[in-house]
Amino acid sequence: MTTPGNNGGHTTESGRLLKPSADVGIVGYGAYVPRYRLPASEISRVWTGGQGGAPITEKAVPGLDEDVATMSIEAARNALARAQIAPSQIRAVWVGSESHPYAVKPTSTIVGEAIGAAPHILAGDWEFACKAGSEAMQAAIGLVGSGMAAYALSIGMDTAQGRPGDALEYTAAAGGAAYLIGPAENSLAVFEGTYSYVTDTPDFWRRPHETYPSHGDRFTGEPAYFHHVTSAATALMEELGAEPGDFDYAVFHQPNVKVPTRAAKMLGFGKAQIETGLLVGVVGNVYAGSSLLGLTAVLDIAQPGSRVLMVSYGSGAGSDAMALRITDRVTERQGRAPTTQAYIARREVIDYATYARYRGKLQMR
Amino acid sequence: MREVNIIGIGQTPVGEHWDRSLSDLAREAVEAAFLDAGISRVDALFVGNMLAGELSHQEHLGALISDQIGLRGIEAARAEASDASGGLALRQGYIAVASGAVETALVLGVEKFTDVVGNARLAALVAGLDAEYEGTHGATLTALAALLMRRYMHEYGVELEAFAGFSENAHANAASNPNAMFHNTLRPGAFAAAPAVAPPVSLFDAAPEGDGAAAVVLAAAGRAVESASPPLRIAASAVATDTLAVQDRPDPLFLAAANLSAGRAYEQAGIAPSDVDVFELHDSYTIMAVLALEACGFARRGEGTRPAVEGEIGLAGQLPIATFGGLKARGHAGGATGLYQVVELTLQLRGEAGRNQVEDVRIGMAQNVGGLGGTAVTHILERA
Repeated sequence: MTTPGNNGGHTTESGRLLKPSADVGIVGYGAYVPRYRLPASEISRVWTGGQGGAPITEKAVPGLDEDVATMSIEAARNALARAQIAPSQIRAVWVGSESHPYAVKPTSTIVGEAIGAAPHILAGDWEFACKAGSEAMQAAIGLVGSGMAAYALSIGMDTAQGRPGDALEYTAAAGGAAYLIGPAENSLAVFEGTYSYVTDTPDFWRRPHETYPSHGDRFTGEPAYFHHVTSAATALMEELGAEPGDFDYAVFHQPNVKVPTRAAKMLGFGKAQIETGLLVGVVGNVYAGSSLLGLTAVLDIAQPGSRVLMVSYGSGAGSDAMALRITDRVTERQGRAPTTQAYIARREVIDYATYARYRGKLQMR
Repeated sequence: MREVNIIGIGQTPVGEHWDRSLSDLAREAVEAAFLDAGISRVDALFVGNMLAGELSHQEHLGALISDQIGLRGIEAARAEASDASGGLALRQGYIAVASGAVETALVLGVEKFTDVVGNARLAALVAGLDAEYEGTHGATLTALAALLMRRYMHEYGVELEAFAGFSENAHANAASNPNAMFHNTLRPGAFAAAPAVAPPVSLFDAAPEGDGAAAVVLAAAGRAVESASPPLRIAASAVATDTLAVQDRPDPLFLAAANLSAGRAYEQAGIAPSDVDVFELHDSYTIMAVLALEACGFARRGEGTRPAVEGEIGLAGQLPIATFGGLKARGHAGGATGLYQVVELTLQLRGEAGRNQVEDVRIGMAQNVGGLGGTAVTHILERA
């Protein structure tokens, strides 16, 4: 039975499930993580005399000539390499980020032009803290699923900002992923359905002209991250009639190692289901790219028939939950571009001084 | 002065009540206290609060809360002495009833800490110190407590481990208190391994700030009451002050205000420290618990850690303290803390403390200290 307002789509009775009338999936995906790594021990050396624990081991730092535009282009090219479609078939280029290089002027036009998708495209930048990328993916699902477009490109990418000495400086990192959304018959993974849970919860924000974000300390935990992530995951599983045990892999937004591990446990997912997509310990929190990058690591090794749950989290606040079923096409496409683990292994350790220079943190006032 | 009884008590859990305002918390505690007392009207309201203006942009609490609890028109005022505000409000309520000015009074302590984040809260808390001679120079409560603790350890040759028992006892007692902020017990060795806040003060020396409200209803003795529980007599109520800045004290390891107010209270009640069966003290830091025990005559100078080391402060010990978790584990609800102490003492004296019950409690004492000892308020309760 269909629900009014869903226009013949095969959504559920409650109407909460987001699912287009035609099945769509991921045709190509691409990860990108910059080369440089700042160990957490470097941050504690500078700010706490080496005292205290660290939420991760090390984080990825962008080079002097990298930003969300260049990194998005890298990831998009990887997605195109896997999909093997002509860029001119793409009808939308959407980039979700907290670190768009311009306040006014789209990142997405730069990316669209660079990959050869322009000019017959929709282009736009998305902002919803760390779920801007997954929001753009859901929009692409709708665009393709409605028949308006054959292919749409959604990217979540960040060069996150952490105030020097703040707890978030340990984790604020750079990286992300691109997803080429297209018809199910050409997909390496098909969306079973998605769901979004959003409230007005001010846990983390950055005002105009501010260099660094502010956050509500412990308020970012229970009422923010955990409430939204578990609500979104639970609702999606309810709508699909699925249980944690039905999924081979689960990927959660990962601001540090502890938080997604606990969310997984609260929901009933085990370590074996989450470890493939849990990259934050060696990459850092890549914000709008976080859960999307975790998903590329899963797609790199997933076998046909596997089921995957991805749950993003964006401060402000909301979570997008997506369920995917891997198809036979995954095998031929996995090797067509560098894997996520290859990017993680490509590393050059830098010290805090170099990091301060690369990130423009040296300011005399 | 006539006798004053406590005829009703109420409290909210202490914690991070992000979705509840100052008024929400106040209403919950007052409703519980009225229900317990079996009345719904009083002649006057006294509110203890330290930071509503700074953190909730709300002053003028007397009018606000009397209206919120349905008592528009009554006499109402706020008392402030940093985190001794709650105890001070009880003292004001006691004076009002004892003097005959009013027949009944409601005393409420309420604090809302979590509407702002860490640094803003810290800055507000510093205002309870001497702004000219401490705050301006970057001193914080924790930094000054650390100086006192270090000096104490040096002066008396006391090791860090000697302070562990205070936190372990607090957490053990909070575990069975449904209104406590923390319900975890401390593993052996956890105290020594705790992250430093300002050495030697660690995370397990310092009490956590939490939102909360606690209330007591006072009535002149002899007034017929309908409460199910027997009324308790306030046998002593005493406030004393010391220099606000720690640096101005000839002996910084002696809490003169705590000593003076306890001494006045013993005299009023006609008792000696050895008569006290339960002592709810102001353990904002373990060093403050140690100094309070010495100032109030429960330990000789330099021996304030001994009751903890020798296991005397537990529920079955010689001198049970922090019987529901104290500031350390029930949580430090700022200007409400002094009322939590008295609510908990009332439960002990009534025999309604459940798993936290101390046996044969006849006399209970509560001491609420402002900052590092600028104000100290001592109350002694007895069964009426």
